[in-house]
Amino acid sequence: MNAVARSVPVEWLYEFVRYRELFFFLVWRDVKIRYKQTLLGASWAILQPFFLMVVFSFIFGRIAKVDTEGVPYQVFSFAALVPWAYFQYAVPLAGNSLISNTGLISKVYFPRAIIPASSALSGVVDFAIASAMLIALMVYFHIPFTAELLLWPLLLLPLVVFTTAVGMLFAALNVKFRDIKYTIPFFMQAMLFLSPVAYPTSAVPEHLTWLRYLNPLAGILDAFRASVLPARTIAWGELGIAIGLTLILFTIASVYFYRTERSFADLI
Amino acid sequence: MREAIHVEHLTKRYRLGSLRHETMLREALIGMFRKREKKHDETILAVNDLSFKVDEGEVVGLIGRNGAGKSTTLKLLSKITYPTSGRIHVKGRVASLIEVGTGFHDELTGRENIYLNGSILGMRKKEIDQRIDQIIHFAGVEKFIDTPIKRYSSGMRLRLGFAVAAHMEPDVLFVDEVLAVGDADFQKKCLSAMDDLRSGGRTVIFVSHNMAAIENLCPRTIWIDGGKLRIDGPTDQVIASYLATFSDAQRSGYDLEHVANRGGNGMMRFTRIEFLDDKGAPTSVFRSGEPMRVRFHYKVNERMKNPDVALAIHSDLGTRITTVSTWQAGYYIPEIEPGSGSIDLVIDSLVLQPNRYYLSMWISAVEEWFDVLDHCIAIDVEASDAHSNQGRGLHAKWGLVYTPSRWNLGPPVGAR
Repeated sequence: MNAVARSVPVEWLYEFVRYRELFFFLVWRDVKIRYKQTLLGASWAILQPFFLMVVFSFIFGRIAKVDTEGVPYQVFSFAALVPWAYFQYAVPLAGNSLISNTGLISKVYFPRAIIPASSALSGVVDFAIASAMLIALMVYFHIPFTAELLLWPLLLLPLVVFTTAVGMLFAALNVKFRDIKYTIPFFMQAMLFLSPVAYPTSAVPEHLTWLRYLNPLAGILDAFRASVLPARTIAWGELGIAIGLTLILFTIASVYFYRTERSFADLI
Repeated sequence: MREAIHVEHLTKRYRLGSLRHETMLREALIGMFRKREKKHDETILAVNDLSFKVDEGEVVGLIGRNGAGKSTTLKLLSKITYPTSGRIHVKGRVASLIEVGTGFHDELTGRENIYLNGSILGMRKKEIDQRIDQIIHFAGVEKFIDTPIKRYSSGMRLRLGFAVAAHMEPDVLFVDEVLAVGDADFQKKCLSAMDDLRSGGRTVIFVSHNMAAIENLCPRTIWIDGGKLRIDGPTDQVIASYLATFSDAQRSGYDLEHVANRGGNGMMRFTRIEFLDDKGAPTSVFRSGEPMRVRFHYKVNERMKNPDVALAIHSDLGTRITTVSTWQAGYYIPEIEPGSGSIDLVIDSLVLQPNRYYLSMWISAVEEWFDVLDHCIAIDVEASDAHSNQGRGLHAKWGLVYTPSRWNLGPPVGAR
């Protein structure tokens, strides 16, 4: 084995595969600790999007009265809040994961990308629990299940890839620039308003559509919602663009991470 | 013999600036708009053109003073950090043990932590499954294995950490100083575990300050000095030449200004050290149990606030016996101006058994090192009549420290 002349990305991926067990152990650790430490345990997965739904229902459902495409505002917003809550939980966790695992990075070798990637994946458990809550909500409001709802779990794939890409970028930048962590909450807030969580995609004025296309999260969240709404089908074109942009971003994040990871132990 | 490790012209340069300051994005952004002043970053060569080979199954010791580059070399070999230039070839499955219990999480149980720590060290789940009972037994924590380790004592954690590490089966193992911790019994256990590793035909590089452990385990030793290879050869010869650099003729004072091997940023430097007896006369004789005075002469190059002056005494095997410092004792050296001066440490009683000891000294402030002299002077402490006339005197075989004490025999046994 060659310890230093490790320059080909193929070998980078190979190392990642070789350490896959560590990856799953770290996911398992994050999940386990999350549910061990908090008093309410798994219920956080439901409570967080649920409270946001209540607040949004009041502001956007009652005061601003947005168009909810034929379903109660509760279901309308919750359909996007479930994937949003995952994003909101996973990005800061992954973004701060390297600097909160300083001990590991300065004492042991393993592919560094495992740390932010496992943090990003650990949020999936919450997503699954919140998804069950969504089904319950749909039953309560008598929303018919469509065939597209079967795509709900599949849509998680682009969402996780996008989240991992953003998390990896933040994590790598965070090692180099210690004030990046202050920009994460700001970024999250901006993303919440730039993505169709509280409002429908149709509310975005025509001349700003390009802005919507630039944000892959918007396309992904809208697809999640469309799979729930009986009156609409998934906008495949927009979803395609979002997935394409996600893959580009993931590539950029991986390359940046790969280029900087060698200096992590020296900087951290 | 086939080669297991091949290191060629290994060099690691650190930028001092990047170590000391955290870079801020805002600074970087401001820097983009400002004219680039050529920032002259100070760099240090932690490892400098190091080359060596290790054959399969060899156990090699790595010695050197603090800051000589031992740990950096180990981190480079383990791929934790990357070389500035040079090449490293390591054949086979590698495990490195730079710290025991890396990645332990307080909330997880002992068993869960074994799995987590094992996989961090590169073990497969299957291997851990096979060895978990041995690991638990080795650590001696059977009763608490399903308790969160936040309830463990520090000794139990340590044992658990070492137990996991001792059950790895790598082809090449790098070990850093893990034996320097724990009680004597546990150290013995660790040493015999290390011995098993050796007999298992594994290639091992072992970094330690503990010369006795190195002599025990490693037939061959590499001595690194200032990031460079000084001697590579049979352990007894290398250790002898290494220890010889510490000793010097017994004198009452030493010039420290020209010691090249030192750390710190040089804002303040030791220039000379003197040993005085209790009447203030220079002396070159150190006796167990007697009072003495150590005078540090220094030079201040830049005005500074509240420096801390410290002295540490080490045994001939490198174990730190004691440290005394102004900060520790609550003395507060106010702001001092550039110039020179001296400070005295008054020792009431030199509580050391007759033997050879090494002195380290440093001047520091909060997170800042001005001058660091590691193991720079050897002193020979001689026997004295510490127990007045009635005792048996003192002897090196009775340990390192002499305990000023009296016996109270109590009422005679049998007398009613």
